[in-house]
Amino acid sequence: MGLFDVILPYILSGISVGGQYALIAIGYSMVYGILRLINFAHGDVFMVAGLMMVYLAASLPIYLAAPLVVVLTVALGFLIERAAYKPLRSAPRMSVMISAIGVSYLLQNMALYITGGLNKNYPVIPWISDSITVLGATTKRVTVITPVLMILLVIALMLLINKTKMGMAMRAASRDFETSQLMGVKLNSVISVTFVIGSFLAAIASMLFFSNYPGVIPAAGAMPGLKAFVAAVFGGIGSVAGAVLGGLLIGVCESIIKGMDTILVHSGALQSPLELATFSDAFTFILLIVILVFKPTGLFGEKATEKV
Amino acid sequence: MLQIEGLRVNYGGIEAVKGISLEVPEGEIVTLIGANGAGKSTILRTVAGLVKPAGGSIRFQGEEIAGLTPDRIVSRGITLVPEGRRVFPDLTVLENLKIGAYLRKDKPYKDLEWVYELFPRLDERSWQTAGTLSGGEQQMLALGRALMSRPKLMMMDEPSLGLAPIIVKGIFDIIREINRQGVTILLIEQNANMALHTASTAYVLETGRLTIKGAGKDLLNDEAVRKAYLG
Repeated sequence: MGLFDVILPYILSGISVGGQYALIAIGYSMVYGILRLINFAHGDVFMVAGLMMVYLAASLPIYLAAPLVVVLTVALGFLIERAAYKPLRSAPRMSVMISAIGVSYLLQNMALYITGGLNKNYPVIPWISDSITVLGATTKRVTVITPVLMILLVIALMLLINKTKMGMAMRAASRDFETSQLMGVKLNSVISVTFVIGSFLAAIASMLFFSNYPGVIPAAGAMPGLKAFVAAVFGGIGSVAGAVLGGLLIGVCESIIKGMDTILVHSGALQSPLELATFSDAFTFILLIVILVFKPTGLFGEKATEKV
Repeated sequence: MLQIEGLRVNYGGIEAVKGISLEVPEGEIVTLIGANGAGKSTILRTVAGLVKPAGGSIRFQGEEIAGLTPDRIVSRGITLVPEGRRVFPDLTVLENLKIGAYLRKDKPYKDLEWVYELFPRLDERSWQTAGTLSGGEQQMLALGRALMSRPKLMMMDEPSLGLAPIIVKGIFDIIREINRQGVTILLIEQNANMALHTASTAYVLETGRLTIKGAGKDLLNDEAVRKAYLG
């Protein structure tokens, strides 16, 4: 078995989990772009989507449960915005952020109440959970589907943002609330659409993500949510392309660090494993600190100053 | 066309507009002059729906519009060219114009032609992002963008701000041309000389109250106005 064969499965799973981070990160990034709000509840919306799948799939066939989860998650995102953020539209940004943290805890605690804190087994979604072989590496089909689906969704989103009237209104509103209102743009609908898109992508991401894990717990949204947030910051918060790139990069790096022991031992650089996998999460957050220090606006972030 | 009666507006904890009444007759150019902080912008922002009035009435073509949302007001045919131009810097010139017609269901090709005819410079630069335009061009774009909603009443907040005198003259020529083509205009200016030469009716606003009303030409010769605003 060559070195490539050892590394390949880690790269594959890195791209897959990175694609899932990217889908979540877009939600953070778009909401920030328009409201300048870091929506801390976003990771928990992702977790709730996972739990909804658990409960709905228990009584409905998957082909009904899955679309229903998407619809309910979108409704949840919409409701959160209307109930917790919209009343604070003219309040200082910090108040909205605190409200977002509140929603995050509310969702986690509701999940805790409903599940009793126990791990709920995620239903097996047929076909995407099947095993397949890619270039000699055995993996689940979801690993291959994730990046493809992610790219298709991102292309659709880009078309929406750049080619439609709603997209134009979103771009205008993200620059200047007041002037876009003077053009007749209904700010609240534009903001709602942003939340709907973010929640839709989070629902898709949750199906792909949890298919790779045994179950859902109330805190299951915290870590992927945080990593997606780092991905959004890395790419330049507010930028969709940046969120995608950030997500993929973090996914791949994380996965390779997890496999570093195996890779190093196999290549003969190490005699025995060093338990490097422990550091995979730390890597993400070190990356966050490094970006914030050296390039706070991220890869494609808005420039801090502009000529107007 | 526009009748404001007893309008009061609170802004940032103070009463910025203290019960003013004014009228903009159809087809005319009316100007409001006054020093910084007199409440000129607040009046326009209230008519446009960005600020809610504390009292009084605003009637447009006989209907009460005070307190409506900005999109409702735009759809009735009132547009505001905001202070400082406020073009969308990372949208192209064409997109800026298109978003001016945001509420319209039909394709605004005719109006686009009209705007390009008024401002040939914008046609040349239609694919450039608005942030790359000069100040004068941005003001043209802000005017063109407002015209795209096919307004009956166009309000302008300091269109001459920060522009070279030669450009200001060009902008005012265009304002007169737009008016000739049937758009009623309510203009506020610190550049009182230019505004009074252009307007048929002028009001002088001092700390939230209207103090003088008259024909633009008369105010140019008014001793108090000359002293306070024309230097």
